[in-house]
Amino acid sequence: MESFFAMGKYAAYVWPAYGVSLLGLGLAVVFTMSAYARAKRQLKALEAGE
Amino acid sequence: MSPFSAVLFRDMRLATRAGGSAALALAFFAAVATLVPLGVGSDLRLLSRIAGGVLWIAAVLAALLSLDRLFQSDFDDGSLDIIALSPLSLEAMSFAKLLAHWLVTGLPLTLLSPLLGLLFGLPGEGYGPLMASLAIGTPAVSAIGAIGAALTLSIRRGGLILPFIVLPLLSPAVIFGAGAVLGALDGLSNGAFWLLGAFSLVAVLLAPFAAAGAVRLNLAG
Amino acid sequence: MASIFEFANPKRFMTLSGAILPWLTVICVLSLAAGLYLGFAAPPDYQQGTTVKIMFIHVPAAWVAMMCYGLMAIASLLGLVNRHPLADVAAKTAAPLGAMFTALALITGSLWGKPMWGAYWVWDARLTSFLLLLFLYLGYIALWNAIEDETRAARVTAILALVGVVNLPIIEFSVEWWNTLHQGESIIRSGGPLIAGVFLWPLGLMAVGYTTLFFTLWMIRIRTEILERRARALMLEAA
Repeated sequence: MESFFAMGKYAAYVWPAYGVSLLGLGLAVVFTMSAYARAKRQLKALEAGE
Repeated sequence: MSPFSAVLFRDMRLATRAGGSAALALAFFAAVATLVPLGVGSDLRLLSRIAGGVLWIAAVLAALLSLDRLFQSDFDDGSLDIIALSPLSLEAMSFAKLLAHWLVTGLPLTLLSPLLGLLFGLPGEGYGPLMASLAIGTPAVSAIGAIGAALTLSIRRGGLILPFIVLPLLSPAVIFGAGAVLGALDGLSNGAFWLLGAFSLVAVLLAPFAAAGAVRLNLAG
Repeated sequence: MASIFEFANPKRFMTLSGAILPWLTVICVLSLAAGLYLGFAAPPDYQQGTTVKIMFIHVPAAWVAMMCYGLMAIASLLGLVNRHPLADVAAKTAAPLGAMFTALALITGSLWGKPMWGAYWVWDARLTSFLLLLFLYLGYIALWNAIEDETRAARVTAILALVGVVNLPIIEFSVEWWNTLHQGESIIRSGGPLIAGVFLWPLGLMAVGYTTLFFTLWMIRIRTEILERRARALMLEAA
């Protein structure tokens, strides 16, 4: 298990690369989904208000 | 006088009158080129290697400086609307404008470049290729710049966005132009002139259509 | 081509994309999970050691970044020629995703480069052209945000996207040419017979995962924009 995290001697490059990718894609998913939920909520409120 | 040459000569007159953009572009070109040795040091061996690249970058920046007003003043005072109604097509007008821009910036920059090459200790065999590469490549700068100017026409501070849009599109011109000078210094024939010429030709041929399309959209609103 | 025009109706787009989205999400999650598992199970490369694991996230990000620009240009062309608002929305919503994938490709590429070249940034042909691609995306987004009128912004940026897509191969070529002129070395390669079979499966699965993730996010962003426009229309009616 320890050797898995050590990644040969390249842990300092492999894990940041995965970390940044996870962060970037994760933020994209979060922003996209929250904007979608907000738009749905807003439209529903407007339609109900009519 | 045909409408085409009317636009051409009017733009050239406006740019070359006192305080016009042509003189400013030349002064800016010289100022940037002067600043580089102050930044990187006075080692003539280094300066003579980077002369082609520095002068190319300075030329692109100087050309960009005057681009945002290529269509803007005519847009603001309504001349563009009149031209749009005239028999002169917007494509021809765009071509006239980019030609005028090149004649008052690209061409003088090319003619001034040997003097700045001298300040950089450019060896004798570099002057011909330097002038030739600028003469061949700066039309592409004016052409792609004209597209950028037309795209940013309706934006209040379009001059800020324009360089950002145009610079990445111009990277091939800088690469081939500076590469041609470097190739000549090393005595290599790397085909840069042909590539630069092809890029310039495509840019000049396509730009009037893209610019005219953007002008039309901005007039319609 | 009928399917594109089926999609062109916003209402039909909502139904169709609503039906596709769950499947796309499932494929995305499964292929990412399988790709990650196989990727980490794969042995180290005899030349690149464990840094080869970075390839599994670098190459798919680079692929999606380029594909996205192509899709953006196609949507822009459809928007200009057919004057269809849905194509405008598609082009607009693709750009930030493309910029994000480009940035990921750049960061993972430089993290891969450090142990290989000894420096985080080397003016390698691939990295350099991706940096220019990032600027193209950012310029497109900046132009979108600067023009207030929505329809005009869509048309004007469409011209920029088309000019960019014509210029992009030239930029790629010129950067390659420049790189050989200055004798750089390229270690980052994508695809080709250089990749051994053990690496091909995880790479392929990760590419499928990244691609479906892009399409999932893209569709949701288009749906969001459609809902927002409908809400705005309702508000104008009420006012």
